[in-house]
Amino acid sequence: MTLVVLKPLLNRRNLLVAGGTVLAAGASGLLLPARADGLAPTESMSGGANNYRKGAAVVDRIGKGGFWMSGTVRRAGDGTPLAGQRIQIWAHTVEGQEHEPQSHGATLTDKDGKFRLEMPQIIPIFGQPHGHLAYDSGEFKTVFLRPVMRSPKETSLEAHFVLQPA
Amino acid sequence: MMRWGRARTILIWAALAVVIGVPIAFAAGSEQLAWRGPVYILAGFAGIVALGLVLLQPLLIGGYLPGFAAYRGRRAHHWIGGALVAMIVIHVAGLWITSPPDMIDALTYQSPTPFSPFGVTAMWAIFAVALIAVLRRRLGLRPRTWRFIHMPLAVVIVVGSVVHCLLIEGTMETITKAALCALVLAATVKAMIDLQVWRRRRTLRGESVARQ
Repeated sequence: MTLVVLKPLLNRRNLLVAGGTVLAAGASGLLLPARADGLAPTESMSGGANNYRKGAAVVDRIGKGGFWMSGTVRRAGDGTPLAGQRIQIWAHTVEGQEHEPQSHGATLTDKDGKFRLEMPQIIPIFGQPHGHLAYDSGEFKTVFLRPVMRSPKETSLEAHFVLQPA
Repeated sequence: MMRWGRARTILIWAALAVVIGVPIAFAAGSEQLAWRGPVYILAGFAGIVALGLVLLQPLLIGGYLPGFAAYRGRRAHHWIGGALVAMIVIHVAGLWITSPPDMIDALTYQSPTPFSPFGVTAMWAIFAVALIAVLRRRLGLRPRTWRFIHMPLAVVIVVGSVVHCLLIEGTMETITKAALCALVLAATVKAMIDLQVWRRRRTLRGESVARQ
């Protein structure tokens, strides 16, 4: 069914993007169907905006580091990687609580739409070890994510954005 | 020489102190406390103590605790119920101060954390039982009516509290937490079976099952 719908768009690149979407969706536990109009935009997660501080500075590293937050930013529909997009990141870490300024920082995506920011180790808060990420720059619709770590012992976490025009 | 009755009394109280005290001691040793503020720590421990009080309730009303048979057990059950309300208020207020948006999400059933609705539902059940218990005489509730209201709410409190607690990744150590939760469930089931709470009965006086 999906293949039939995709057929008019089918070429090597789209097939790879669609395949990647299914893999990414499966990995994150969300089954996003590949639709006729392509890659669906990411919805904000429940509680994602909690303790958000607008305008965190772009930094090389949050605090002393030791934990990696990474992900991708793509455009809804065709899945084009979006370069130079500002992603804000915050969490309850060994160096501060979620609402405290030192727990916040931002980074920019590279030419492949990827971002990666070192930050202090995330620890469980409100019963779950989780991080927060925001795209809130205006060009695209604002998205707040709240990925959860499988274990508090993990030292990295990923989150992926698919943005739609504002 | 110590008589068996005395030894039994000491054993029961010592066992109770262990099953409630050990999980609290393990939580007090959690490395996560190092990254928490005092209000958040207080809120967390109020929750753990509340779970311990939930264990006491069926033990008291079932008359299983030495020195707390029949009337005294029921009186203590009322006081512990009041203490439970106080612990829940501290738990919720402390978490609210720690992170208001997360607490608002939980109270409005919007939270992304799966354990929140269980805790919030148990909280409302505890408040409902306490309120009706206080107004029981004024409302002129017959014992049977009271029991008909209290028993389903008691089940909601116990199940809600246990699921809430088990799903949280917090300061409690996994095995001692699971053991305390299992005992809460077991004590509740035993008290309900012994008191035959589902049966219609004319009198509730002297219903304690302990023979002392």
